[in-house]
Order: sequence, then C-alpha cells, then structure tokens
Amino acid sequence: MLVFSLLVILIFNFALELDLQARTSLSAGILWATFIFAGTIGLNRSLAVEKDRGCLDGLLLAPVDRSVIYFGKAVGNLLFMLIVEAIVLPLFSFLYAFNVFQPGFLLVVLLGSIGYAAVGTLLSTMVVQARTRDILLPILLFPLTLPVVIAAVKGSQGFFQSLPYEEFSVWINILVAYDLIFIAVAMMVFDFVLED
Amino acid sequence: MILVKKLVKRFGPLTVLRELDFSVAEGEFVALLGPNGAGKTTLLRILATLSRPTSGLVRIASYQLTQAGPELRAQLGVVSHQPLLYGDLTARENLIFYGKLYGISQERIQEVLELVGLGSRQDDLVRTYSRGMQQRLAIGRAILHNPKILLLDEPHTGLDQEAGEILDRVLQEVALEGRTVVMTSHDLVRAASLATRIDLLSRGKITASTPAQGLSSGDLVDFYRTALAGGRGKA
Repeated sequence: MLVFSLLVILIFNFALELDLQARTSLSAGILWATFIFAGTIGLNRSLAVEKDRGCLDGLLLAPVDRSVIYFGKAVGNLLFMLIVEAIVLPLFSFLYAFNVFQPGFLLVVLLGSIGYAAVGTLLSTMVVQARTRDILLPILLFPLTLPVVIAAVKGSQGFFQSLPYEEFSVWINILVAYDLIFIAVAMMVFDFVLED
Repeated sequence: MILVKKLVKRFGPLTVLRELDFSVAEGEFVALLGPNGAGKTTLLRILATLSRPTSGLVRIASYQLTQAGPELRAQLGVVSHQPLLYGDLTARENLIFYGKLYGISQERIQEVLELVGLGSRQDDLVRTYSRGMQQRLAIGRAILHNPKILLLDEPHTGLDQEAGEILDRVLQEVALEGRTVVMTSHDLVRAASLATRIDLLSRGKITASTPAQGLSSGDLVDFYRTALAGGRGKA
C-alpha cells in the first residue's frame, strides 16, 4: 500500500509537468487518486487474510455483536489508510509545494478516509467469497464512493486554493453526512452480508 | 439441547437440506454420518449460526436460531474443515486472541495448550505446524471457553495415528464432562467408539438412527449401507 502510494505520487509528479495554475487545480485529484487506489489494495487484503484460513468464521463465532466485527475491520482499514497518508502527505507537500499541515485540510483527509473505509469494509466483506474479488471490489466500490471522492477532492482543492471556507463548506458537509449514513447502513446490513 | 424441525436450506436452485428433523439431548454425543454432499457440513454451519436456514425451526439451548446472538454463540464450540487459526501467529497468540473474545484467563490458555499436547510448541508459528497439530490447536480453540455444545466437522480428517489418538482422548474427556457434541465423520468405527448415538444423513434428511454402544464393525457397516439404500429409495 505505502510503496504503491509513493510510486503514484512520484510518477504523477514526473509525468505531468504542471505549471502553478494547473498544479493548484489538479493536485487534490492526484492526491485522492493515490489514496483511493492504495486504500482499495488494503481493503482487498484485509478480508482476504481472514477468509483464506477460515478465520472470518472464527470471528463470527465470537460471542460479540457482529457489528463489532465490522467496526474492528473498518477501524483497522482506516488506520492503515491514515498511516499511508501520514507518510505520503509530507512527500506530496515537498513535491507539489503545498502546505498540507492545515487543520481543515487534515480534517478533509480524515473524513474522506472514514467514508472510504466504512463503505470499503462492507463491500470487501460482500465480495470476499468471490474468486474474482480483486476485480469485483473496485467495480462495486468506485461508483458507491464517488460522492466521497468528489467531496474530498473539492474540499481539498478549497484549502489548496485558499478559497473562503463558505465557498466549499458544502463539500465538508457532504463528507460528514456520507460518513454517518454509510456507517449506519453498514451496521444494519453487516449481519446479512456475512451469513451464507 | 438442540431441536431442528423441518429444516430447509437452499443455495439458489439446489436444495441441500429437505425438511430435516434432528434433535440432540443435553449430554448426548451424536455422530452424524453420511456420504459426501448429504448436507452434514451445511447442517453444522446452520447450528453454528454461520449460515441462515431457508425455512424451518432450529432451537439451541433455549434460543431460537433466528434470534441468536452473543449469548448463544458463547455456548458453542466449533471445529470446521478449516482450522480457523492465524498462520502468522503462534499457537499461544492464537489462543490469547480468541481468549480475549471470550474473556479467558492466561491459566486456562496454558491448560488447554497442555491438554491438546502443544505446550512445548506453543511459541511456534501456526503455519509451521503439521495438519495434525493445527487440528489439535483448533480443538483447543473450540474448547477454550468451556462451551456447553461442541460442533465438530470431520475433525479426524488428515490426522495421523498419534494425532487421531490425542484427539480421541480429548473428545472422550469432553464427553465425560457432559458436554453436548455433534460430530460429522466418515469414520464409522471411530464414530461408534466415541458417540452415544449415530445418525445417518442422506440427501438432506436423517434416514436412520441407532444407539452406538455395542455395535460391531460389521453391524456398523450393515447399518450404514442399509440406511443409505433406504435414503436413495426415498429420493
């Protein structure tokens, strides 16, 4: 995940010779494309590890509410994404000459990552039984996470372009709403997703 | 302890369990025999709350399966085809992990490791274990929390003589403690030596049942063949 993310950032940096204006408008998209691709790799692996030796059944047998399993996996996936982002962001800051260490921008990163991990954990659980899960997960995941990707890019752009907060606050609100809705949905359907 | 009435399980167009009736009294050790594809694993997965019935009644302890939650799962110990163990953790770490889910003490973990004969290898990674050792650890994981009901899916598969004998000893001790056990198996003689009752599952239904005590090998084979033939006739 981490190596892939660093490679993507570097490749984009050298492949796209961006002037200042283009850099300002495209950098947020480059950053989130990196996070999304890396996050997808992590999502596939996190459930595959459980499935391959039947350990997912071991978790399902535990005397805990099954939504606890969902939260555990989602938090684990989120932590992996945040660790990758914590390493990638300084490099991004250096290559693209943006100050990424702004509280508002970091909040956007956190909210976007939460939304992606929340939906991604649910969908990766659904496809873990399929032989073509490596292909199936991105096909299912990307349309569903489009709102969070768009909102995260727009929100990030607002900070990169130093726009007044009121001009892009709607995107932050969309991120918060998306996160809350999909965490609630995942909690409600996770039981049914898991059982044969 | 376990009551199953008119249980049906379909996977798409395929009906695996066909209005199956099955019951196990508290403290009973039932060996469930049957040919491949009869539905043994499917039945066990339903009893273990890992699979949802298409229709029918399943009651375990005082819980109806459709309302099953953590309280029911706390009473179940399951050994399935796969070991349910993390290969990159040691035996001890695996039991510590599962122990935390059940609130188990370190002393109990050590006791179980000794019981299944893995005390000297407890700090080795599970992926370095033989099949027999993994199966013994899987049994240990299943009994770690002293469950009232044990569900064992062909636990002797792939075991060598020594590992099989260790497993038999563990299962006999478990049975003596009065736990309710349902074990699927292809090994007629072994099943009869451990169980108090033998049921035959064929084509999604229980077609025959007999007490296990006092049966010779010949009796067992006759029972199995006769019951199977009767099952095919009913299909």
